[in-house]
This record gives sequence, structure tokens and C-alpha cells, in this order.
Amino acid sequence: METKQILDTIQMISEEKLDIRTITMGISLFDCIDSDGEKARQKIYEKLTTSAKDLVKVADQIESEYGIPIVNKRISVTPISMIAAACHDDNYVAYAQTMQRAAETLGVDLIGGFSALVQKGYQSGDRTLIASIPEALSETSRVCGSVNVGSTRAGINMDAVKQMGQVVKDLAAIDPVSCMSLVVFANAVEDNPFMAGAFHGVGEADKVINVGISGPGVVKRALEKVRGQSIDIVSETIKKTAFKVTRMGQFVGNVAAKRLNVPFGIVDLSLAPTPSQGDSVAEILEEIGLESVGAPGTTAALALLNDAVKKGGVMACEHVGGLSGAFIPVSEDSGMIRAVEHSNLNLEKLEAMTAVCSVGLDMVAVAGDTPAETISGMIADEAAIGVINNKTTAVRVIPATGKKVGERIDFGGIFGYAPVMPVNPNSPAKMIARGGRIPAPIHSFKN
Amino acid sequence: MKAVITVIGHDQIGIVAKVSQLLATLKVNITDISQTLMSGDFTMMLMGEWDDAVVDFEKVKQGLSDLGTETGLDIHIQRQELFDAIQKL
Repeated sequence: METKQILDTIQMISEEKLDIRTITMGISLFDCIDSDGEKARQKIYEKLTTSAKDLVKVADQIESEYGIPIVNKRISVTPISMIAAACHDDNYVAYAQTMQRAAETLGVDLIGGFSALVQKGYQSGDRTLIASIPEALSETSRVCGSVNVGSTRAGINMDAVKQMGQVVKDLAAIDPVSCMSLVVFANAVEDNPFMAGAFHGVGEADKVINVGISGPGVVKRALEKVRGQSIDIVSETIKKTAFKVTRMGQFVGNVAAKRLNVPFGIVDLSLAPTPSQGDSVAEILEEIGLESVGAPGTTAALALLNDAVKKGGVMACEHVGGLSGAFIPVSEDSGMIRAVEHSNLNLEKLEAMTAVCSVGLDMVAVAGDTPAETISGMIADEAAIGVINNKTTAVRVIPATGKKVGERIDFGGIFGYAPVMPVNPNSPAKMIARGGRIPAPIHSFKN
Repeated sequence: MKAVITVIGHDQIGIVAKVSQLLATLKVNITDISQTLMSGDFTMMLMGEWDDAVVDFEKVKQGLSDLGTETGLDIHIQRQELFDAIQKL
């Protein structure tokens, strides 16, 4: 019996907050399409509640038997814009309500896929879906939505960028907290298990199990043991730790897929922070040697972390997918919140960091009176970083209605809070008003 | 089924006896055992094996959890495959 290894594993789970962040079942809804919206929604409800009926039970069993916390049980579905397009409803809020009802019946935390992919242009369902987002997401608590506005192959749809700035504002006007359920993507991935951006891609199997892992605390603890040593050792230490964490994801995903009789898709090798102490990506960067996240050197430290996590994890599992890397949401990371509150981290530095992290500007609160065009400008900048660098980027921004810079917006419970950050006051309105499409970059022509 | 049982807490008379007595009652065979004092804390690890068609996992877990509450010890049980998956290639 290898007692040291057993104790190490138990310590990773109990003290360093290693967990399976999510088991997400992807479910295709293509066989639910109907020209009658009511019938389509009935089919969707039935397919979801049948396909995922054992998801929560199996996750709870695994948690109990293996002693590993499984924090979220989630579902992702085919983008609703594609499913609803065949009906002639003038808004799709009822589809979101059906998703909510199915999620409540199943006991899953969140359901993603109230989504549209418009990177190159709009199809008939896309306009209706996007117009329905403010009402759909504010009237439901478990439904998540996303819109992909750009890709390296297609360029950036600036009409969609313009519209999404307004949609974010409209949603915030009803309920700013609902903005955490909406992501605007470039290069969105089809097998992402993390919310709010998960949807079930059209090239996926009918049903699939994807697993998202986490464990910033484990990486930080490992780095504490190599203080003062060269940066090569830092990289090696992160790789070895990521390997162990990913092995657990692969193992749990295999067990879950087998028990649910659904193919196992991918492990998303992510370091996803939570607001609890010791579960922070910012603290890893500080452990590498920064006085505070935001200091010069932050982007390099994050690039090293993101790359080493991927390298360590890639050999540990059969299929890697999703977003895979380090997440840098502000409100979900106590170290990031602290840096913003002490003016050590501003939006411009955060944007630079998104060029080397796994996603983008995430859970960032801005003043409630920030104009829609400014939010569109932020979306366009993030999309440009993603499109040019061949990576996924996203914006999940919260205009804190009625609040100003320096105040804070509370999301309640485990979702923490976000300090309202200052945005450059100069307007991009004339550029955003132009509309059209930014052409795909030259390096996208690979055929 | 194979599982790793860990018992951690203040040292006291009869810990090994109580745990092994309970496992015997539950028809769990102890295939390996290791015990030490780590920074004053009693730390014991056992490898248990039993026929889960006769006694299910939840019953063993509940029994150990009740014993943990009664004795003030931290007793955990986890299926063994998890440790192999994380620590071995």
C-alpha cells in the first residue's frame, strides 16, 4: 500500500480544493425540430428528461464512492437558434422556459445552449434568438446563452458585435445579475463543458459526457514547495500537477460515461477559480513571484501557467477539448477581486492577459451608464485577439445598472461579487455604427 | 470491491480494535494495514476488500461514518481505483 500517495491524494481533495468542476452532458436536439413550436418544445423536454434522467444520481454516486467532489451537473444542447428556426414563433423565450423546466426536473445546476452562431452572418433563427436573449435569460435562472460573433476562418461579424453590445445593455437594464449567464464568443468551441458558454456542437455525437476539472489550489501548493527556483522548475511543477489533476478528470469521466451508457467526449483541462480562499488563479501568479496580479510580468506568468497546464494535461487523458487552460474571471477569483480593489489590475492589463489565457474578459463589471457602443468595442477587441491568435476569446461583462466605478455588484452566494471597473471614456460609436464584417485574417487561408 | 479506508484523529486506546471489529461485522476483509503517528495525530490506512453483492458500498460507508462520529475520529472510505488513476501511469 503506497501510503504517501494515498495521503497526497486525500490532501489534494480535502485541503487544496481539488474537484471535478462539472460533468456536462451534451445532448443533440436536432431530432426535436418541428414546424409547430409547441410540439418542438414538448419533444425537447422529453428528450432532455429522458437522456439525462440519471445524470445527477450517477454524479452523486461517484462523489460518494470515490470521495471526490463533483461541484456541478450540467447539460448543453444544440444551439436553439438552429432548432427553433423551423417554427415561425416571433420569439424564443418559450424555448428557454422549456430548458429551465427540464433542468429543474432533472436537478441539474445549469443548462447551456440558448445560443446562436453568427460569425459570418445571420440565418432566420439567429435574429429571433438574439432578440429573445434579454427576456429569456432574465426570466430563467438556470439557462445560459452564448453568441459566437467571430472566427479565425470567417472574420468578425461587426453587425453582431454592434447588436450584442445593445443586448448586454438591455439584459442589464432588466437584471444585471443575469448578464453572468451570457457570453459573447469568438472561436467558440463545440465541446465546452463550462458555463455560461457551453453548447452542444453540430459535429458532436447524439449524446456525450464532457468533464471540466479544476484545482488552482493544488497548483499553488505545489509551487510553494519550489520557491526561488528557476522558471523551468515552475513550468515542470505545474505540468506534473496538471497531469495528476487531469488523470482524475479522465477517470471520473470514464466512470460516468460507462454508468450513463453515453460516449465519453473530452476532458477540459482548466484551472477554474472560485471566490473561496486558496482556489485562485491570481494567487498562483503571485506565487510565481508577482507582488500582485496586474504587475508587469503578469502576462508572461499567465502564458507560462496556461501552456504548462495544457502540456501536463494532454498526456493524462485520451481526448482534450473545451477551453483548456487558466480562467481569469474577476468576480470568481478572490485574488483578482483584491487586485482590482487595490487598483493593481485594470481593464487594459486584463485584456492583455486574455491574449494568453484560455478564454477572455470574464465576469467583469463596468458602470451601469457605460454606452452600448463601448461594450461593443470591448467585444470587438476581444474577438480580434481571438481571431488573430487562433484562440477562443469571450466577453462576459456586467453593466452594473445604477452603480458607478468603485462600487460593487453582488452575485450572491458562491458567485461572489465584482468591483465596478473603469473603462476608457472615449467612444468607439462611429466605428461600431459602420457594421459589416472584418475579413478573416491572412493566416486563416490554410487549404 | 476494493477500497482505501483512512482513519485520522487524536490517539486513543482501541482504535484499531474498533475499526477492525466493525469491518469484520460488515464482512470486509483487511488486505493491508499501516498505522503511524503523524505530528501527534493517529493516522491509519487500511485496504479493504469485500463482495459488494453481499454488502453495498453505502452500508460500509455509513457504518464507518457512524463509528467516526462516535469516536471523534475522521474516517473516510474511497474506492481504490481513484488513487491508481491519479498516481500511476
